[in-house]
Amino acid sequence: MSVSVRIPTILRTYTKGDSEVSVEGDTVASVIDALESDYPGIKARVVDETGALRRFVNVYVGTEDIRFADGLDTAIPAGQQVSIIPAVAGGAV
Amino acid sequence: MSASTLDVPTTTRRSFGNAVGLTCRACGARQELGPFYACIECFGPLEVRYDFPTITREQIEAGPKSIWRYQPLLPVPADIAAIPNTDPGFTRLVKADNLARELGIKTLWVKDDSGNPTHSFKDRVVAVALSAARELGKTVLACPSTGNLANAVAAAAARAGIRSVVFIPENLERPKVITTAVYGGTLVAVRGNYDDVNKLASEIAGEEEDWAFVNVNVRPYYAEGSKTLAYETAEQLGWRLPEQVVIPVASGSQLTKVDKGFTELGELGLVEPTPYRIFGAQATGCSPVAQAFRDGHDVVRPVKPDTIAKSLAIGNPADGPYVLDTCRRTGGAVEDVSDDEVRDGIQLLARTEGIFAETAGGVTIATLKKLLETGQLDPDAETVVFNTGDGLKTLDAVADRVGPAATIDPSYPDFVAADLA
Repeated sequence: MSVSVRIPTILRTYTKGDSEVSVEGDTVASVIDALESDYPGIKARVVDETGALRRFVNVYVGTEDIRFADGLDTAIPAGQQVSIIPAVAGGAV
Repeated sequence: MSASTLDVPTTTRRSFGNAVGLTCRACGARQELGPFYACIECFGPLEVRYDFPTITREQIEAGPKSIWRYQPLLPVPADIAAIPNTDPGFTRLVKADNLARELGIKTLWVKDDSGNPTHSFKDRVVAVALSAARELGKTVLACPSTGNLANAVAAAAARAGIRSVVFIPENLERPKVITTAVYGGTLVAVRGNYDDVNKLASEIAGEEEDWAFVNVNVRPYYAEGSKTLAYETAEQLGWRLPEQVVIPVASGSQLTKVDKGFTELGELGLVEPTPYRIFGAQATGCSPVAQAFRDGHDVVRPVKPDTIAKSLAIGNPADGPYVLDTCRRTGGAVEDVSDDEVRDGIQLLARTEGIFAETAGGVTIATLKKLLETGQLDPDAETVVFNTGDGLKTLDAVADRVGPAATIDPSYPDFVAADLA
């Protein structure tokens, strides 16, 4: 299944400036692997050496933060977009 | 609405005072000053780095009665006070003897930021963010907000004569919606909670190059505005640091910047670098940092917020890990209180000191009480609590708890009959 992935500015050097790319996959983990195969180097920026999601990266399937779902094993329903977003943004007080 | 430039007619000025660069708080990587907010190495949060000259108390005391008296300590140009802005800061530090007596604490002050131009501490951070936006040549001031920031951004943009675009959760308190919309910017209600709004803003910030989202892509500068709370508190105490402070925690940025402010004052010789303890306050319905503190964790597990303290309802707090570090390092703690305790806190402060705080202030007062009751806060140590916003913005929180003692006809016998004398 083809999944559309939104790429944050900070990672667009890997996607030649593209803010949105399409890769094959049905879970977040498989999408990240597919990203790595198309855009080498990008995976290590999103997950750490143990394979866990980096502390300051948020990944969303649609509007759902994968930390509230099944983490990297979160399934991607047809038509849902995956977004990678720096976690440091926002926050009030 | 047409966008005008932020007082940058031809070239970008890029004047950031004594700031010299940005440093990643997670890995220490350095970046130049610019519209950057996430470390290019590890996505970590960036913080402004300075090369301070000698700064004296006299120099500061001769400055304007606003946050700009601390201009040399902020990432803003030397002429910042002359550029149209809302001139926030230098709010009152109230000696809270009645509340202290009631709670059994020796010396207590309330730093009352409800006195800022839009009645919350957000005017401080927005003023610094507006300056950064101007220096970086941005043309639109924007933010995701739980309300107070929305007010501050809309007002600051109006005063600066530029466009604002503010994104809020659709279920926000009505007064915060009105007090944003009245300034005439673009107000967008988003179906979702604050974390959803924040996600959207982060995505837009990645696409709209001319937009300064004050708490996203100019966040390192914005956050520096919170240091002025620390500077003012120390100056108003006669140039010394309090022994304990209690600060509300949403993203946690304010708490960590108060710590940075106290540290800088000590390093610059403006105060004696005496030890202080920093305590964080959350509402139980959104208390991921308090939970992590209790569990001894270094990371904060996001939650779905459910509390009346909407200005603190951030389930995924950006600076949460740094709040844990700061509170543990200084010997403080992070506690949380129920919504009923929040209402009690609002009424307690109002009844004892005549200060009507918004729900975040209620959280702080209730947490102060709980910290004393549980023996975590020293009742003999000089304590400052921060009230970040005005109760008029969150009237609903106490609306069903207060009201007239009686309704009578305008006649003396009726007054007597009501037994009010």
